[in-house]
Amino acid sequence: MSIAKPSLTALASVAAALVTLSAVLIFVVAPEDADQGFSQKIFYVHVPIALTAYACFGLGAWKAYRVLATRGERYDLESYTGVHLGTIFGVLTLVTGAIWAKASWGVWWTWSSNQLVLFLVLFLFYCAYFMLRFSIEPGPRRERISAVYALFGVALIPVSFFAIRLANDFIHPTVFTREGPQMTGEMFFAFCVSWASITLLAYVMYRVELAGKRIDANLRELREALQT
Amino acid sequence: MSSGEKYVAAAYGVFVVVVLVWVAILAAKLSRLERETGELAQLARARPATGDHADG
Repeated sequence: MSIAKPSLTALASVAAALVTLSAVLIFVVAPEDADQGFSQKIFYVHVPIALTAYACFGLGAWKAYRVLATRGERYDLESYTGVHLGTIFGVLTLVTGAIWAKASWGVWWTWSSNQLVLFLVLFLFYCAYFMLRFSIEPGPRRERISAVYALFGVALIPVSFFAIRLANDFIHPTVFTREGPQMTGEMFFAFCVSWASITLLAYVMYRVELAGKRIDANLRELREALQT
Repeated sequence: MSSGEKYVAAAYGVFVVVVLVWVAILAAKLSRLERETGELAQLARARPATGDHADG
């Protein structure tokens, strides 16, 4: 039994509604943090963006695995789109993180935080994916090499994600501990809605990008057929 | 506006700007695809008819 994909219009509408709701929850409902004050509100956009970046890279790697397992051409485009969006959200993670770091620690960046450095390594690794991909002629060879590279990168995701727990990073805060989220119920609810809205927005962007890339590929094929 | 508020505005502003840039790039791509589709339609119309209709 196959499950029908929800329409893009419906998804985009829900994403827009969720983004609006999360803005209300963040700025009206969630209380100010006693320690960091108003600048803690960056948490509600920075952390969901970072989690979405991980999810996009993970999706890119999963589709890359499908390329290698099934030799399906369509998965190559899906893997590429996943990595592409992961890179966009990676840039956003680094920029919003730098702004939050400046507000909280007084510096834009610190090399002594493993979490920050490992995320940068993950981001640069996936930036190099594009250089590799576009240095090879389109075809099955490019699909395979790109897939292997995207799949390798996925190993960096858990390392980056758990870095603060593995290396006792005292600079980057740990909000989610074994005892649960270290915040009030309203804050946690606002965070969850913000996370859902950004994840859904990323999924809408993924579907739109993928549709554009597929149309592009089909048009190229059609042009070749008509010109011969 | 306090410095905390400025940083929050900057973080959310960057997010909005990046999404808007993405929309602008997509809009540019859409207009290119529209132009290319039009060119291909012209190319298809200019091709001589083949198959059953050709021998009238």
